[in-house]
Amino acid sequence: MSELAAGQPERKGLRAWLTSDTPSSRGQARAVQLYLGWLAFSRNPLAMLGLGIVLALVIVALFAPLLATHDPLAQQLDKRLLPPGTDGFLLGTDELGRDIYSRLVYGAGITLYIVTLVAVTAPLAGLLVGTVAGYFGGWVDVVLMRLTDIFLAFPRLILALAFVAALGPGVENAVLAIAITSWPPYARIARAETLTIRKSDYISAVRLQGASRLRVIWGHVMPLCVSSVIVRVTLDMAGIILTAAGLGFLGLGAQPPTPEWGAMISSGRKFLLDQWWVATMPGLAIFIVSLGFNLLGDGLRDVLDPRSAK
Amino acid sequence: MSVPAHTADGGGESTSALLRRWLFPAGRLIASLAVTFLGLLFITFIIGRMIPIDPVLAIVGERASQSTYDQVYREMGLDRPLYEQFAIYVWQVLQGDLGTSLLTARPVADDILRVFPATLELATVATIIGVVFGIPMGVIAAVNQGRWQDQVVRVVGLFGYSMPVFWLGLMGLLIFYGVLDWVSGPGRLDIFYEDIVPPVTGVILIDSLLAGDFEVFKNALSHLVLPASVLGYFSLAYISRMTRSFMLEQLSQEYIVTARVKGVSEARVVWRHALGNIMVPLITVIALSYANLLEGSVLTETVFAWPGLGQYITNALLSADMNAVLGGTIVVGMLFIGLNLLSDFLYRVVDPRAR
Repeated sequence: MSELAAGQPERKGLRAWLTSDTPSSRGQARAVQLYLGWLAFSRNPLAMLGLGIVLALVIVALFAPLLATHDPLAQQLDKRLLPPGTDGFLLGTDELGRDIYSRLVYGAGITLYIVTLVAVTAPLAGLLVGTVAGYFGGWVDVVLMRLTDIFLAFPRLILALAFVAALGPGVENAVLAIAITSWPPYARIARAETLTIRKSDYISAVRLQGASRLRVIWGHVMPLCVSSVIVRVTLDMAGIILTAAGLGFLGLGAQPPTPEWGAMISSGRKFLLDQWWVATMPGLAIFIVSLGFNLLGDGLRDVLDPRSAK
Repeated sequence: MSVPAHTADGGGESTSALLRRWLFPAGRLIASLAVTFLGLLFITFIIGRMIPIDPVLAIVGERASQSTYDQVYREMGLDRPLYEQFAIYVWQVLQGDLGTSLLTARPVADDILRVFPATLELATVATIIGVVFGIPMGVIAAVNQGRWQDQVVRVVGLFGYSMPVFWLGLMGLLIFYGVLDWVSGPGRLDIFYEDIVPPVTGVILIDSLLAGDFEVFKNALSHLVLPASVLGYFSLAYISRMTRSFMLEQLSQEYIVTARVKGVSEARVVWRHALGNIMVPLITVIALSYANLLEGSVLTETVFAWPGLGQYITNALLSADMNAVLGGTIVVGMLFIGLNLLSDFLYRVVDPRAR
């Protein structure tokens, strides 16, 4: 931390500290890496656009009560299906006279909730399976990878549908179903990384110091797999959003009156030809958000994993 | 193994080489196929046990006496250990018995056979659209890497990766059916064209041609074109992106330089040399995208009221008809596995390097 204090007096100093060729501590080396990565990332306008969209989603989700103009659940039956812009309803009203804009704003929180939960659970499960399989090898590897292959061989959406059918509809069950169907690719990645790490000298050093297998995997193998998994997670986010919206559209995700975007499209379907905005607006929201995650993921991949980017 | 030495170069050697090249991989393939298939059944079996609905109550009804309940419970084999139940389940599925649908009161296997041609028709036409447009787009993007053509293809692909398929379907209906009235609306045929042509294959486009009824053919086509284009767009996004990256890899190879130095025309270098060399991985991509379309059809069929497997599964889901849901899952899963296997096999046959 003393380096930080020394570098702080002027901004040039901080910059020099961040771009130093000879970092004097582990923390500084990490900071330099992050800063250089950020520089490469911020040169890519599309990636920055993606980051902006994702940040906007987070902000909208956090400050929904401030940004919404109406109560998302309040029905005004005398103001049903108003076109966008009338009576202060920015994006119009739905079949129960609820403000579509406010519902979209509150729906951002649900989307973020689903994405975050899946993005935490599925990669963690995949990391665990992949590193254990790769590190232990032998029959553990065979069994775990066969299991992974079996899950990979299935159509994800259909499997998720079957799980939700068994568990019952609802946001949490949708999350669970999506997580169950999306961990296998992470396991594959983590296993491949583990295989290259497992035989390296520092692992032998750690083992000689008496670390347990669990400690080696958790503390020394898994952290090294994280960066490739993160890239994959960001690229998968859009798919998660689309699957969740699909479940919502089929009536298997969030239940009414929750303003989930997929479910909103489903209810707007009946009025498609006469009141186009009811189904169009939530679809635009889904489209923009998943586009943002795709752009962000592409940008992150270019920075973190230059080999696979072309 | 005594095989007549019909070749000049040592019969024994070539037999073992033959074994190693074809039989062993085939054996391994079949074994892994069997394991994957068992895994699929295991998952559907578990899901079937997870449901909170009592399968016995669903049959005997609320008012049945305890003895009737117990009898049915035993008849359904629910008193046996789980592994025995699983073995019975596997045996039934292997015989093509997927149970009875609660919704239609008919065997699920029959139901699926009836609705499947509609899905096949939709997914096939969509894949054709994806291939016909996707491959040239990918090639053009790779040849013009970094220029506007590349950007356009990239944006088209990105949109495909970011749009909900059901929403795109609805927007298509709104614009091309609602506003412009260029195509027919939901469904497979207009109501007065239904049941005119005798079902031979179940694929209306083929059946109507077989019957020589062009009116029906035209009507079916105008119903099909929108859902197939919507699905095809997603296939196109995937195929064009993969084609581009395969082409970039090929175009940087030395044999391309050699060909150019020898004076081969640029068109021939690109469309013949480079594209010819990526055909094999492209087959895998096309097979995968076909498998994905079978899945994408679940949502698309719901939007377009297309009476196929996807809609069948969705309807079953909404009425908690688990036999139908799991039967549909098994069929789609098997198709998935089969397509993967097929692309693997083609890979071996078409690419001499993979042998």
